[in-house]
Amino acid sequence: MADEIILLDLWASMLGMRVRVALAEKGLKYEYREQDLRNKSPLLLEMNPVHKKIPVLIHNGKPICESLIIVQYIDEVWYNKSPLLPSDPYQRAQARFWADYTDKLYELGRQLWLTKGEEQETAKKGFMECLKLLEGELGDKPYFGGEIFGFLDVALVTFSCWFFAYESFGNFSVEAECPKLVAWSKRCMEKESVSSSLEDPLKIHGFVIMMRKELGVE
Amino acid sequence: MCIKKGISAAIALARYDQNIMGEEVKLFRTWSSPFALRIVWALGIKAIEYETVFEDISNKSPSLLQCNPVHGKVPVLLHNGTPIAESLVILEYIDETWKQAPLLPVDPHERAMARFWAKFGDDKVLGSIWSVFIKQGKEQEEAMVPAMENLKFLEEELKGKKFFGGETIGFVDLALGWLANLIGLLEEIVGLKVVDGEKLPLLSAWMQEFGDAPIIRDNWPARDGMILKFQALRDATIAAASK
Repeated sequence: MADEIILLDLWASMLGMRVRVALAEKGLKYEYREQDLRNKSPLLLEMNPVHKKIPVLIHNGKPICESLIIVQYIDEVWYNKSPLLPSDPYQRAQARFWADYTDKLYELGRQLWLTKGEEQETAKKGFMECLKLLEGELGDKPYFGGEIFGFLDVALVTFSCWFFAYESFGNFSVEAECPKLVAWSKRCMEKESVSSSLEDPLKIHGFVIMMRKELGVE
Repeated sequence: MCIKKGISAAIALARYDQNIMGEEVKLFRTWSSPFALRIVWALGIKAIEYETVFEDISNKSPSLLQCNPVHGKVPVLLHNGTPIAESLVILEYIDETWKQAPLLPVDPHERAMARFWAKFGDDKVLGSIWSVFIKQGKEQEEAMVPAMENLKFLEEELKGKKFFGGETIGFVDLALGWLANLIGLLEEIVGLKVVDGEKLPLLSAWMQEFGDAPIIRDNWPARDGMILKFQALRDATIAAASK
């Protein structure tokens, strides 16, 4: 019986993109359904009644929520292709620890384009501290997973298409502060699963402009 | 009966293996941290021998800071000199390293659900209960709304089950276990009923059942100390908020 996979997502969401990258890594066919978060669909509300958020993966009718939990689920079900988590328990713990850490970038990044003045400066500082720590964790490895693109790479790489937007509104340069991280993100973009899943940074920038208008940030 | 014998045999064998391998397991914790308790319970359930290092949060040891440079927090598990931090990450590590008395289910969808509820507990339930605890008057009433919504989700999840893990204590029970101890304490300090046996019968029953399990019950932190600590925390927070 063929698997039925549906992804409820928002095109600009770097969290949703994590799931897209994972699905692409495993070579899985799925139905993408764009969600309007201002007018939430009955399906979204039924499949994620607790948070009512995207992304939600629906596999043969069963929902899985929270992006990193979805990625782990995909890795466990389709374990025989492109494994994302390493097999060693300690390496897995490290990958999970750092992947959870990357979630901090979501709220900090949001504050970067949502706020001004001192609040924005605080968010910028926190954001760069996070990136620098992650860059330290990367070290001289080609990927966070070592020689192979893995779970932590998936968790972080989707933020890279948001860098241009963050930089514009936060008035800073990620490349100036974290050149190794930018080099790593370019290396990841050479992979089809990543380049086909991440959005155009210019489009993301446009999205943020629209969101700022909507939320009255000027 | 057969199942119990099977589990005991598995634990005995694992202990034998642990001794033969000369494995060293250390847990950095504080006397009161609910997150560290998760690890105490997990290690207890799997009958893993370990050494405890109690930390003073106001005066962290160099060892702790070396083992957890990113957050500087407890708990940290040190396994043969290698540190693992973040309690839910540690729980998964323990489950993958010591296979006896499994905490997470085998089925991938059930595993995803277990991770979901554990995260929900940390991201939403904890904060919403804390909000109720540190507020007063109208603000406290308002804080009760999201707290009750969150608890209702947990109530729903317990339908048809003794524990969140089913027949036996599992990952989600350990992750949410703090509820079984802290709720009662906070209710006493604040004089407010949060988990009402009539409104949340399954959750009430679970708190009792979980709290009475030997490994859980034997490791609760000293009640008097907890009352003092949380009363002081509440007073300080309210004082700071009114400035």
